[in-house]
Amino acid sequence: MAYYQNIFSEVQVRPVTPELGIPVDVDRRWGTPFNSYLFGLIGNAQVGPIYIGYLGALSFACGLIAFEIIGLNMWASVNWDPVQFLRQLPWLALEPPRPQYGLKVLPPLAEGGWWLIAGFFLTASVLLWWLRLFRRAKALGLGYHVPWAFASAIWLFLVLGFIRPVLMGSWSEAVPFGIFPHLDWTAAFSLRYGNLFYNPFHMLSIVFLYGSTLLFAMHGGTILAVSRFGGEREIDQIVDRGTATERAALFWRWTMGFNATMESVHRWAWWFAVLTTLTGGIGILLTGTVVDNWYLWAVKHGVAPAYPQVYPPVIDPLTLPPTTVPGVTP
Amino acid sequence: MKIFFTVLGAAVAFFLTVAMIGLTDWDRPPLVTTQNGFRGTAMAQVHTREGAAETKDANLAPAPADPAEPGDDLAGTTYENVQVLKNVSVNEFNRLMVSMTEWVSPEQGCTYCHNTENMADDSLYQKKVARRMLQMTQHLNSTWKDKHTGGAGVTCYTCHRGQPVPANVWFTDPGPNRPGGFVPRNNGQNLAKASVGLASLPYDTLTEYLADKNIDNNAIRVNATTALPTSKGKPIQDAEKTYGLMIHMSEGLGVNCTFCHNTRAISNWSQSTPQRTTAWHGIRMVRDLNGNYLEPLLSTFPPNRLGALGDVPKVNCTTCHNGVNKPLNGAHVVDAYPELATSTETASATPPAAEPAVPATPPAPMPAPQ
Repeated sequence: MAYYQNIFSEVQVRPVTPELGIPVDVDRRWGTPFNSYLFGLIGNAQVGPIYIGYLGALSFACGLIAFEIIGLNMWASVNWDPVQFLRQLPWLALEPPRPQYGLKVLPPLAEGGWWLIAGFFLTASVLLWWLRLFRRAKALGLGYHVPWAFASAIWLFLVLGFIRPVLMGSWSEAVPFGIFPHLDWTAAFSLRYGNLFYNPFHMLSIVFLYGSTLLFAMHGGTILAVSRFGGEREIDQIVDRGTATERAALFWRWTMGFNATMESVHRWAWWFAVLTTLTGGIGILLTGTVVDNWYLWAVKHGVAPAYPQVYPPVIDPLTLPPTTVPGVTP
Repeated sequence: MKIFFTVLGAAVAFFLTVAMIGLTDWDRPPLVTTQNGFRGTAMAQVHTREGAAETKDANLAPAPADPAEPGDDLAGTTYENVQVLKNVSVNEFNRLMVSMTEWVSPEQGCTYCHNTENMADDSLYQKKVARRMLQMTQHLNSTWKDKHTGGAGVTCYTCHRGQPVPANVWFTDPGPNRPGGFVPRNNGQNLAKASVGLASLPYDTLTEYLADKNIDNNAIRVNATTALPTSKGKPIQDAEKTYGLMIHMSEGLGVNCTFCHNTRAISNWSQSTPQRTTAWHGIRMVRDLNGNYLEPLLSTFPPNRLGALGDVPKVNCTTCHNGVNKPLNGAHVVDAYPELATSTETASATPPAAEPAVPATPPAPMPAPQ
C-alpha cells in the first residue's frame, strides 16, 4: 500500500554511461553529467548536461540583473541592515513609480526608475527564455505545446506589468516586486475596482485554475493507480491500449458514466492550464480600462443578486444636507 | 543514504509542522460567531470564546464615585483659577477631581497635575493639558453625542485606564531613519508595522486621514460609482492607504470588515450596517479631536511627550475602543458625571491657538468620487 502512496519516485534509472538522447543539429551541451539520488527522488536521476546557448545565457543574465536590482533595493530600504533584510524580506518591495510620473520612461531611480529597469530586464529574461524553449522544441522536432503554454503565462505577466499600465497611462498601475506587497496590491486592486469576483474573466480563470488542480489530481491518481499494470506507459496506450488503460477507463466509466482517454486527458489538462492565465489576463486587462466597478457592472447585467434589507436604510452621510454633518466643526 | 534522507525529511516535516502550529496566530476553538447580516453574505463576527471573555474583562468600566453631597457653593466662586467647571458645586467639583485622579494618575496622585502649595497654580503642564482634556470630554459628550458617543459617553477613564498617558496614542511615523546614500522610495509601506496589522500596506495613513481636520471628505473613498469609467479614477496606491486605515479600525474595534460593510460591495452604503455611519462620523470626530484639541497643545507638552517629528500625541479609534466595538463594553459612564456631559467651553479657558476654525460655510457634499 505504502508503495503507491509514496510521494517520491520508487524507481531510479542510473545509466552506466550518461544518456545523451537523440542527435540534433545544434548540440552544444555543457557540464559533466552525474547521477543524483536526491534528484532521482523527484525526477530523473541523471543531471545534465545542460544546453545553454546564447539565448539561455542572455536570459539568465537579464534575470540575474532584475533579481539583483530588486534585492538591492529591498536591502537599501532597510538601511543595508542584514538582519532586518532577512527578517522583513517578505514585506520588502520595489515599488513602481508614483501616479504623477505617468508613463515617463525613466523617473528618478529612487522614484521608481529602478522598478522600470528591473521590469525591463525581467521581461527581457522571460521573453528570451520563451524563445529558447521554442527553439529547443524545434531542434528536437517536438510540438510547440510547452512554449505556447508558457506564452499564456507571459500574457498575464505582461498585462499586469506592461499592457494595462500603458492603457491606463501610468506605471503606478503596475504590480510592485515583493512577496507580501504584491499580495496586498492584489487585494487593493480588487477593492479599488469594486470586487474582482464579479469580473466574469476572473470567474473563468478561477474555474480553470481550480479545474486544473482537479484534473491534475484525477489524472495523477488514475495513472498511479494503474501503474502496477503498466499505466505509466500512458502515451503508448493512446493507440495501443493495455489492461492499465482499460481498467482506468472502466473505473471512471463505472463511477461517473464517462471517461477521458489517454489522449484527451492531456488535452484537457493543457487547455485548462493555458486558459487559466489567458482568461485571467483578459480580466485584468478590462479592469480600469473598460470597467471601473465590477460590482456595479454585475448589477447592471443581472449577475449580482439582491439580498433583503435587514437594517433600516443606511444612507451615505455625504449625501445628507450639510447641516446634519458635524464634520470637523464642533 | 536513503535512511538518512528519510529521517532528514521526516525531521524537517516535523519542525515545519511545529513551527506552523506554534508560531502562527491561531484562533483556538471554541469560537463564538455573531451574525450581523443576511444569511449567505458571510457577515459575521468571529471570536474565540476565551478571547471574547478576556476582552470583556479587560474593558470593565470602574464603579462611579459615591454621589456628592448637595451644596450651593460653586467651584468658580470658592476656588481660584477654575475655568471649565465654574458652575459646578464645590462638592461635585471635588468628587470629579478625586475620580480624575483614579482614572488618570492613581499612583502619582493630585501632585501629577497640581502644585499642592497652591492648587490654583498652572505651572505644571499636566494641569493645562488636563483642563483642555476636560473640555474635550465635554465636547465628546455633547457635540458628538448624536453622531458617535451616544448615551454611553466618555470619561477620562475611557482612554486613560489608570495611566497618565493612554496606552493607545499615536505619532506620525517618519519611517526608517536613513542617514544618507541611496534612499529608495517605498511609498511609506512595505515594512512589518503593527499600525496596519503587519500587512505591507502604507503604515502612516493615520497622519493623512485622522490628523488633518481640513481633509477632503472624499479622501478615503476610492471606488468608482459607475460601472464603466467616466473619468480618471483614483490610483491603486490610494486604495492601499484606505485599506491601511480600515485595518486600523478593524484592529482597534476588534471586529472584521463585515461589521460595517457587506464586503461584496464594500463601498455601497445601502448594503452596509448602521455601524458604518457611526464609524464614518467617528473618523470626523477623531479629526476634530486631533486638530482642535491635541494639536493646539503642541507648545504645552514638554519635548519628551512629543513624537519623532515633534508632533503631539494623537488619538485614533483604538485610543477609546481598546479592541472592543463599544468602549468599556458600552457602559454609560457619563451618566454619573453630568458635569462632563455638557460643554462649558469659554473663550478664556481655551488656548488662543485652539480656537476652532469655524468655516463660513460647512463643507458641501462633494460629487461622488471617481
